[in-house]
Amino acid sequence: MSAIGKALATAAMGLALMTTASQAEEMRIALVVKALGIGFFEAANKGAEEAAKELGDVKIIYTGPTDTTAEGQIEVINSLIAQKVDAIAVSANDTDALVPTLKKAMDRGITVISWDSGVAAEGRQMHLNPSSSALIGNMIIKLAADNLPEGGDVAVLSATTTSTNQNTWIEEMNKVAGNYPSVKVVGTVYGDDLADKSYREAQGLMQTYPDLKAIIAPTSVGIVAAAQAVTDAGKVGQVNVTGLGLPSEMAGHVKSGASKSFAIWNPIDLGYSATMLAYHLAKKDAEAKPGASILIGRMGSVTLDDKNEAAMADPFVYDSSNIDQFSSIF
Amino acid sequence: MNLLKSRETVLGVAILALLALIASRFPGFVTPSNLARVLTDTSPLILLALGQMAVILTKCIDLSVAANLALCGMIAALMNGAGVPLPLILVAVIALGAALGAVNGLMVWKLGIPSIVVTLGTMTIYRGTIFLLTNGAWINAHQMSEGFKAFPRTVIAGLPVMTWIALAVVAGVAVLMNRTALGRAFHAVGGNPHAAVYTGISVGRTQFAAFVLAGALAGLTGYLWVARYAVAYVDIAGGFELDVVAACVIGGIAIAGGSGTVAGCVMGALFLGIIKNALPVVGISPFWQMAISGAAILIAIAFNATSQRETGRIILKQAEHLT
Repeated sequence: MSAIGKALATAAMGLALMTTASQAEEMRIALVVKALGIGFFEAANKGAEEAAKELGDVKIIYTGPTDTTAEGQIEVINSLIAQKVDAIAVSANDTDALVPTLKKAMDRGITVISWDSGVAAEGRQMHLNPSSSALIGNMIIKLAADNLPEGGDVAVLSATTTSTNQNTWIEEMNKVAGNYPSVKVVGTVYGDDLADKSYREAQGLMQTYPDLKAIIAPTSVGIVAAAQAVTDAGKVGQVNVTGLGLPSEMAGHVKSGASKSFAIWNPIDLGYSATMLAYHLAKKDAEAKPGASILIGRMGSVTLDDKNEAAMADPFVYDSSNIDQFSSIF
Repeated sequence: MNLLKSRETVLGVAILALLALIASRFPGFVTPSNLARVLTDTSPLILLALGQMAVILTKCIDLSVAANLALCGMIAALMNGAGVPLPLILVAVIALGAALGAVNGLMVWKLGIPSIVVTLGTMTIYRGTIFLLTNGAWINAHQMSEGFKAFPRTVIAGLPVMTWIALAVVAGVAVLMNRTALGRAFHAVGGNPHAAVYTGISVGRTQFAAFVLAGALAGLTGYLWVARYAVAYVDIAGGFELDVVAACVIGGIAIAGGSGTVAGCVMGALFLGIIKNALPVVGISPFWQMAISGAAILIAIAFNATSQRETGRIILKQAEHLT
């Protein structure tokens, strides 16, 4: 090696060391959510902040577009790349649309994980599911079946036709529907996560299927709108609204009886776990590869499957017995 | 005038044909009680479309109406949480909505900024304000008082209060448009701004008045919306401004200003409202629903473009000949 080459190598190493040193001072982890102003993600941010406090040298950048579009998220991620954050943990509005931007981030050495709503495998190092899709799919139909001892018609009120989350859960639900023979899933409608459209779709369901016994809404906007539509139609007690929702948003409807029970994982735990994972991967003390087990602080550890996906925990059921306790939390 | 009249007839026939088509697939849709439900569901759209109509007549457009609605709705929910009595809330949201509309109007009038730019800006600002007020938190059913939620639903003579309010506003706006100087000024300013100036009408002031009217109606609708769906958050009525503009366009309000009637506007809103309510029950794949709504709007615009080529309104025929 020539003298100049040596000098260059030394300088490069010095630079590398300096970068590492500055990174060690404060790691910046960006929590990119589907849209700002959604209770679920606000709670996830609480968990992320909790993890940051526990880790000490982490700063959380909580950000996202103002509406749930992939375009908005791409803009946000581009600006995060420009800010040279250390890690991006994203809940995606679209499975594929974010991939090129996230690839660019990874090319620049940024750790990228997805959580809650995933991106395609080539666009991230790993994905953290709040629970496994199979468990959720099973849970939402079980919630409907548990309150229907004599069985009956149930219908699904989903978010948009392209929502990654909801489509996967409904698919899983249909797979296990055979285990609940008394419950008949008669149809799926889409409320686009808009209160007014969801309300209208719920009304439509009650008209189309006069014998409808339950509406399964695996989306927080949809479940609230459906519960309101059932209340306004005077069908409380006849049609049970269940699915996935937030305790604070559902408290009134559980008390009115429009919803007997619903489920959700703990978003605080989810934000916490996503932050822990991003931290360990960015620190390089864990590697995202199939079969790897990564510690996530108080939540224990997760194991990656062959698609580099991990499941955090089982969804948790909320009903009139525990709603008050949780509605003040998130 | 003949052409305009036939325009409303065409729309009326289209609505009846649409209802017949829906009834052939889902007979329950055309029962009186269900039609009343559809009318109620369409009330917010009618209210906003009437305001938007005034704005479009003056050659402007207000894209901030849905954001205005959301902000006023949130303020109504917050005031309710603070224990303010309902009549006061109603007055406050109408005043606030009018004030938000006035901001748009002043910028168009005094600064001469194109309305589409102004309202694109204020649209984001108003939504952002909701976020600042609440930090993104929702106000949910159990956080609203019973009276607050019950008012728009209270049934009087077979229809909920919300529908009566919409009908009253339709009547009020019809009188305003056809029987007052301001209403004629809306048409005059959009039809021929130069001629309007010669007749002593201030173009800017008239546009300002239109924005205030649109804002006040959006504010009122904000309360009705929040009370009806029993939830208030940043994104309520997201994208609704486009439905409102679409209702006006379908109703034959010329996007270039100056031409359009209250009846057309209401029918345009009803047409869209019927489609929105019917699609869930007629069993059309949700993947097609958006395409169908879009096609309805395009057809209406195409119809407008062809029918309005000759309908330029000449105000003050003499002045027109002199130039």
